Amino acid sequence: MNVLYGLLQPDEGEIIVDGVPVTIRSPRDAINAGIGMVHQHFMLVPVFTVTDNVMLGHEPARGGPLGWLDRRRARREVVEISSRYGLRVEPDAVVEDLPVGVQQRVEIVKALTREVNLLILDEPTAVLTPQETDELLNVMRTLKDSGKSIVFITHKLKEVKAIADRITVIRRGRVVGTAPPDTSEEDLAAMMVGRSVILQVEKGPSRPGEPVLQVAGLVVNDERGQRAVAGVDLEVRAGEVLGIAGVQGNGQTELVEAIMGLRPVVAGTVALSGVPITGRRTKDILRAGVGYVPEDRSVDGLVKEFTVAENLVLDIYDRPPYGNGLLLRPESIVASAKERIGQFDVRTPSAEAAVGTLSGGNQQKVIVAREMSRPLKLFVAAQPTRGVDVGSIEFIHNRVIHERDAGTAVLLVSSELDEVQSLADRIAVMYRGKILAVVPPDTPREEIGLLMAGVTAGVDGRGTSDGKVEAAPEPESA
Amino acid sequence: MTATEQRETPEATLAREETFLQHFLHSLWAANTVTVTVLSIVLAVIVGGILIIVSDEDVLNTYSYFTARPSDALNASWDVVSDAYANLFKGSIVDPAAVQGWIDGSNGWQAVFSPISETLTYAAPLVFTGLAVALAFRGGLFNIGGQGQAVIGAITAAVAGILIPLPIVLAVTVAVVAGAAGGAVWGFVPGVLKARTGAHEVITTIMLNYTAGLFLTWIVLQRGVHDPDRTDAISKPVDSAARLPHLLGDGLRMNLGIVLAVAATWVVAWLLNRTTFGFELRAVGANPDAARTAGMSVTRTYTLLMVVAGALAGLGGATQVLGTAYALTPAVAGNIGFDGLLVALLGRNRPWGVLLAALLFGALRAGGNRMQSFSGISLELVTVLQALIVIFIAAPALVKAIFRLRAARAARLQTSVAKGW
Repeated sequence: MNVLYGLLQPDEGEIIVDGVPVTIRSPRDAINAGIGMVHQHFMLVPVFTVTDNVMLGHEPARGGPLGWLDRRRARREVVEISSRYGLRVEPDAVVEDLPVGVQQRVEIVKALTREVNLLILDEPTAVLTPQETDELLNVMRTLKDSGKSIVFITHKLKEVKAIADRITVIRRGRVVGTAPPDTSEEDLAAMMVGRSVILQVEKGPSRPGEPVLQVAGLVVNDERGQRAVAGVDLEVRAGEVLGIAGVQGNGQTELVEAIMGLRPVVAGTVALSGVPITGRRTKDILRAGVGYVPEDRSVDGLVKEFTVAENLVLDIYDRPPYGNGLLLRPESIVASAKERIGQFDVRTPSAEAAVGTLSGGNQQKVIVAREMSRPLKLFVAAQPTRGVDVGSIEFIHNRVIHERDAGTAVLLVSSELDEVQSLADRIAVMYRGKILAVVPPDTPREEIGLLMAGVTAGVDGRGTSDGKVEAAPEPESA
Repeated sequence: MTATEQRETPEATLAREETFLQHFLHSLWAANTVTVTVLSIVLAVIVGGILIIVSDEDVLNTYSYFTARPSDALNASWDVVSDAYANLFKGSIVDPAAVQGWIDGSNGWQAVFSPISETLTYAAPLVFTGLAVALAFRGGLFNIGGQGQAVIGAITAAVAGILIPLPIVLAVTVAVVAGAAGGAVWGFVPGVLKARTGAHEVITTIMLNYTAGLFLTWIVLQRGVHDPDRTDAISKPVDSAARLPHLLGDGLRMNLGIVLAVAATWVVAWLLNRTTFGFELRAVGANPDAARTAGMSVTRTYTLLMVVAGALAGLGGATQVLGTAYALTPAVAGNIGFDGLLVALLGRNRPWGVLLAALLFGALRAGGNRMQSFSGISLELVTVLQALIVIFIAAPALVKAIFRLRAARAARLQTSVAKGW
């Protein structure tokens, strides 16, 4: 896709647009050829308004090439495009104030003002709530009806089946095949991984033991000092998986970071097997038998420049046999890495390859391998399979269940409802910094979906659920 | 709970801070291969040659009738450039005439080793200051304060050597340790400020460079330090027991400093690769967020790192004053701290790379002296050569384009990716 958009140059082969071969050396060439792209990470200037962002790169001017900016014309264009395709955006809003879903709409509007005929959407739903995703799919239908072609890249099988007219599966840089949208999810998944995958995790009933993690009245602020976690009570027992479901940005990140000692606790307590760990150093908490898979592996989980072996000891490098207070023992680090690479099926050229060169799934396996290779009481996994291929997801899921069956308490945070439902023994739904309800995993999706949107009526909430959530829409029958 | 917040907050902000400077330098080092470094030196030598031709009036005159007799111009150019570079070589590595003379018996063996001795003498302090910059950078800090740390190291080493009378081995040990300790203190200040308050190390170290320089001018004139027999700003000489001993007799300036420098290089390499502190500092330097998440203390690492870097630069200053200068003057540390930045850049932040780069800079300096007296080319040309090398290294894409390296294509693409949207 980067080749199509002129960010990379092809070594061989050609690109044909409307029957004519074209050379695309830059994004400008791509736009001239009628190709627009919405990147997974938005390319917007946060402090500019929607209009400014849309006109950026082809600013309309009055009075020659060095004339004044014609903001009014740009604004008209934004309004016109957004009403034509049903893309609701406020032209004068500042981008950084907008929710992610709206920012994405701005990106789409921006591409459309370039009068493109082919729109490439690179994993557009990764950052969206289920409702925003539905809206995006509707926008895509409108675009399709008005004659635009769309290339929609995603990992999520349900979405392709819902929207696509043709599905092309690409694996390891090759087209595996093209399938009609009525192909079953299992068949598509099999094409993606090259073998058949059990999407449902096989697991027996849990045998919960003593409470391991106890969180009481926890209040945590985010970077800007806004309340992110507003009084959370939780209990995770040995041998059970507590899943936290919720749309991203409802305080899950801050909750987990506070438990791990990475973020100051404003009020409340966290206890591990009855011992308070509130305000302790992250190192002490890890040492007390907590394994932690952070939400963003490239930022918090791995040092990309480090080798696989070094990353495998990133939080135990100073303990025997890998080292002590002063010295490191590289031989034993490499030796144990080789063992772990086999155990956790990490596909890497060697233990000494830089971790940044591995695929996302294998990077994630490195983290999981690191965190699971010491005796654990509690395993905290935040978005453990985000951006990971289906084969690795299956592997990581099985490992989590294996850890549970070995008697570890597991706290799983995921914005993928499917993942929470297939792994968790109990599901806590988080909304605006609070746990709205704790429900069993066989609760219907729609019901959990409503809770994720802040609707509590009709659900037998336990724990800290309170019905007075601000801005909750009219209760619907669940 | 407030105590927790006070401890946590700077950690968190530090960890999330990725300065533009760090980002720029990270990409710079990523684009620079050993090949590019070597080619940069080659390019600098070529451009330097052109400068030699242009600055020589007689040679320029031959170009006025270039179309009539081009051989005159070419020969003259070749002569002046080759003569200059030959003297650069003879002054820094070995002079064949001296070898011949030694065989004939017309001069002693000292003359043979004199150039290499000069090179190693000039290189030793640069190794230390280069390591001080390189080590800090591996930990994610940009230590501009090598100069100040070296100056303070020179002061403490000299003061210990002047004021504390001790027997021979002990005296030099105490003076060297005093130099390291002085530099360490000067490194600790920006380190702890960064860790506790987030004050940017570039700003604080630059300020401390001025402070150290002014402190040196002041202390040289103080009673007990100032040489009462002199009217200019110079201290009493360092006690001879505290001087770094010459390695090849008193006829050659080469001293224990270069041995200490090689040892320091080894220690820094060992520290980086074989110790837990080295692991922490590399992790913090490459990804402070991940380091913090893995339970490392970013603030502690920053502080300790600046202490070690400061000690290294302090040793550089001590080598200067105990090895060659033997007395404090306001210019005793010369430019070794700032040259250390260039040495670290050229050495690609690797300990042994720094050693090689310092040897090259030392050789340029030693050879430059001879080039000045024998070929009549200003010593400033050496500074120009150093600057050219650094400029070419700072523009890897340019070097790659000139030599049509395959990687140049990739570099251009990177630029276009950076520009896209």
